[in-house]
Amino acid sequence: MDPLRPSDYDDGTTPSRGASGDGGGPGGGGDATVTSPRLGPVGWLRFAWRQLTSMRTALLLLLLLAIAAVPGSLVPQRSSDPNGVTQYFASNPDLAPVLDNFQMFDVYTSAWFSAVYLLLFVSLIGCIIPRTKHHLEALRARPPRTPARLSRLAGYTERALPVPEGSSVEAAAEAAIARAATQLKKAGYRVERYELRGEASVSAERGYLRETGNLVFHTALIGVLATVAIGGGFGFAGQRVVVEGQSFVNTLAAFDSFNPGRFFDPTSLEPYRLTLDGLDAVYETQNPDALGQPIDFTARVTVQGSDGEPAARTVKVNEPLRVYDTDVYLLGNGYAPTITVRDPDGEIVFTDSVPFLPQDKNLTSIGVVKVTDGLDEQLGMVGFFYPTQTTLSSGAFASSYPDLVYPVLTLNVYAGDLGINEGTPTSVYTLDPTGMEQLTGGKTGVDSLELMPGETADLPGGRGTVTFENADPDAAGGEYAKSVPRFASFDIHHDPSQGWVLVFALLILAGLMVSLFVPRRRLWVKAATRADGTVVLEYAGLARGEDPGLDRAVAEFADAHASPVE
Amino acid sequence: MTLDEISILCVYSAMAVYAIAFIAYSLDLARRSAAAAKAADEQAAGAAVATDAAAGRERVGALQGAAATSASTASAATATGGAVAGTAAANGAEGAPKRRWASALSAGASVDYGRSPALRVAVAMTVLAWALHLSADVLRGLAAGRVPWANMYEFALTGTLVITTVYLVVILVAKQDLRFLGTFITGLVLVLLGVATVNFYVSVVPLPPALQSAWLVIHVFVASSSVGFFALGFALSVVQLMQSRRESMALTATAMKKSFLATLPDSHTLENLAYRVNIIGFILWTFTLMAGAIWAEKAWGRYWGWDTKEVWTFIIWVIYAGYIHARATRGWRGSRSAWLAIIGFSAVLFNFTIVNLFFKGLHAYSGL
Ligand code: HEM
Repeated sequence: MDPLRPSDYDDGTTPSRGASGDGGGPGGGGDATVTSPRLGPVGWLRFAWRQLTSMRTALLLLLLLAIAAVPGSLVPQRSSDPNGVTQYFASNPDLAPVLDNFQMFDVYTSAWFSAVYLLLFVSLIGCIIPRTKHHLEALRARPPRTPARLSRLAGYTERALPVPEGSSVEAAAEAAIARAATQLKKAGYRVERYELRGEASVSAERGYLRETGNLVFHTALIGVLATVAIGGGFGFAGQRVVVEGQSFVNTLAAFDSFNPGRFFDPTSLEPYRLTLDGLDAVYETQNPDALGQPIDFTARVTVQGSDGEPAARTVKVNEPLRVYDTDVYLLGNGYAPTITVRDPDGEIVFTDSVPFLPQDKNLTSIGVVKVTDGLDEQLGMVGFFYPTQTTLSSGAFASSYPDLVYPVLTLNVYAGDLGINEGTPTSVYTLDPTGMEQLTGGKTGVDSLELMPGETADLPGGRGTVTFENADPDAAGGEYAKSVPRFASFDIHHDPSQGWVLVFALLILAGLMVSLFVPRRRLWVKAATRADGTVVLEYAGLARGEDPGLDRAVAEFADAHASPVE
Repeated sequence: MTLDEISILCVYSAMAVYAIAFIAYSLDLARRSAAAAKAADEQAAGAAVATDAAAGRERVGALQGAAATSASTASAATATGGAVAGTAAANGAEGAPKRRWASALSAGASVDYGRSPALRVAVAMTVLAWALHLSADVLRGLAAGRVPWANMYEFALTGTLVITTVYLVVILVAKQDLRFLGTFITGLVLVLLGVATVNFYVSVVPLPPALQSAWLVIHVFVASSSVGFFALGFALSVVQLMQSRRESMALTATAMKKSFLATLPDSHTLENLAYRVNIIGFILWTFTLMAGAIWAEKAWGRYWGWDTKEVWTFIIWVIYAGYIHARATRGWRGSRSAWLAIIGFSAVLFNFTIVNLFFKGLHAYSGL
């Protein structure tokens, strides 16, 4: 077998082909070894290796990989959908732990999934190395001898030998073969002249690029896996929410959450400052079928390195900002109402723009205010924010449009122990009401506090006041477009392997196209002497792998070669 | 009337014409069965000539290529008898009105089938339906002011258009007469268009920010193209399996001789055709996967995150890689690899329908 392929490789060029394609028996690559009676440990190892690097095993592992990938799409994954996993546990309390034992929520990093693809890649390496060696040798080898009987080969055809006036048949044959060699060489074939039993012939071969492409393809697959596995460890991914007008410095402590790779060095972070000057959200206002659908989000930011000048930039969905070796993505946004709490004496005990998390497409948002100091009792507030408030027929509030047309904030107030003094970390987005007394909303019978920008309400029980600040106090009455600040949620990543993955991916694509479309073929031309002494030109080819155009190529070459009678 | 309304009108007209084409293709299949039955009966009646001619054809055809084939077409056609034999003989004798496609006999068909008015009508109707379909798609794009493939209705509209386009282009360039695949192609397109208009339709809405990218144009369009090729490959693989079943039974069962399959290329030729179509689909799919990863990096901040749609794109890619390997593996070439192509295309359809509609993930762009 010429390009050294696994022993059960079948390129379909073998002439014995059953009528039904299903004919192949169970025989496989290593079968000769199976019958061998005495296998020492080395023999067994060699046998195992042969099996692992056979086409059949590669195929089975590929199919296994496809099947193994399925469960990860049926069950939520911790990597892509952690909330989904939590929900799944809540709604399937019996099943979930069992699935978890099988790593069903981490399929793509699970032992069994990794085992399949690692075996596949070991098989792949075991395949590539001998083939590469063999291919390098083949690149230097001469095209093979002309077979004795071309008539058995693909595309066989003959043409009369043109004998010019005054030339002997031998000289004409010699000239025709020499011309064939030149023409084939010009067509990209490697050629070699042979003389068999007095018959001149030329043997030509082309398409080494096909095998090269195949090897590049398979090697680049390993390249992708290796860069993802190793290169990814040098990067990090962090999230940070920034309110309009605020800034953030690219240091470890500043991130809301931070996932470093295994080999990441935190001191390598470039401490640049990123200020969110404004977040512009545009919503559809004309098309009645799409009212309120987001059209554009643009975060206007200023970036300043430790030494450099501040530079104004933008971050958009689909247009990340690439600065100081990091990529900044705009992955979310919402409202951050500015809330001020005063004690009964009018002293400010809390004031901040609090990011509220959007709950639906009209940006009904939920946020939590925690007033830890300054009041007799700690105070917690769970707020609902409606950028354009309407009242449903049930009496409940809702938002009917994502932009600020009629913004309303409602607050349920709790007093007591916020449970944050013990030092256990709690989310800024949730409030644990155990140990607290609810003062407004819910079952208390007291209406929730209800505020529009610029309004102030009294806290129950003379605890002081709470104000929903208007960020744009000078606007005309009833004009709320800029009354509430927005926040942007940024993802900041550094992934040094990304470029390499792209390079290998392009090699995969290029190798694939070359190996699937470049025909690898042999072609022979022989000046054959017939029993009656006449000499005819014989042409034939041989496919190495898929080569639908072979017959035509032989015929076309024969026509081109035999037609010009000089 | 708005542009979108005209577009919908075009879709319905296209569906009607596709339905006519589908019926014509089916009639053609029925005629093929009749021709095959007739040939089988005559053979059974003891026309040993036919067997001789067939045997002769095989030897001569293998040795002397095209010229010999058309002559043997004539001789084999005697077996079919009647008007068909007349035309074929005339063809062979004068060699003048050249056939557009290579004879199916040279691709291993056992019965020469000759001309089929039903088939010509079917192809003409397919072209007409395609033109209406194209207008529908272009009008939808104009109505939306962007490429017409940004939600499920539009994917379906454009995807089916690409399937028909690939079919028409392939029958134009292929050396084999592949028009018989039209039954499957028009049937599939008709069903998908029906589902799309009834279940997926959404009015024109602007693009959400995540879809505002040049990659929408590239990634989704290339994905649809590869689906077009996979669909054709699927059809060929199905016929290949039927043919190979028939071939293994032909010796024993006369019923099998009377099937329309007798007029189609043999399973080996079908396998090669399927392979060629499927590898083009595979390359396009590889590109789709990579372009998707590049886009995901820009839009979502990571190039690969095992999102459900990514998972299924990967699964499909691996299945077709398996298909290519199966064809290169002793014992898997032939029917088993055909099954993989069929499973692969089923996964493609699954990815488009079930995964889009019922699986949770970032690719929530069905618009429903
Ligand atoms: C990660 C796993 C693998 C993937 C994704 C993969 C993919 C592919 C693809 C797409 C092709 C067709 C393109 C071409 O000819 O270059 C191919 C061909 C081939 N692969 Fe692989 N491969 C894998 C592993 C292997 C292994 C382990 C072997 C050896 C046992 C192998 C041997 C071959 C051979 C011999 C061909 C040529 C087939 C032909 O000529 O039709 N591959 N592979």
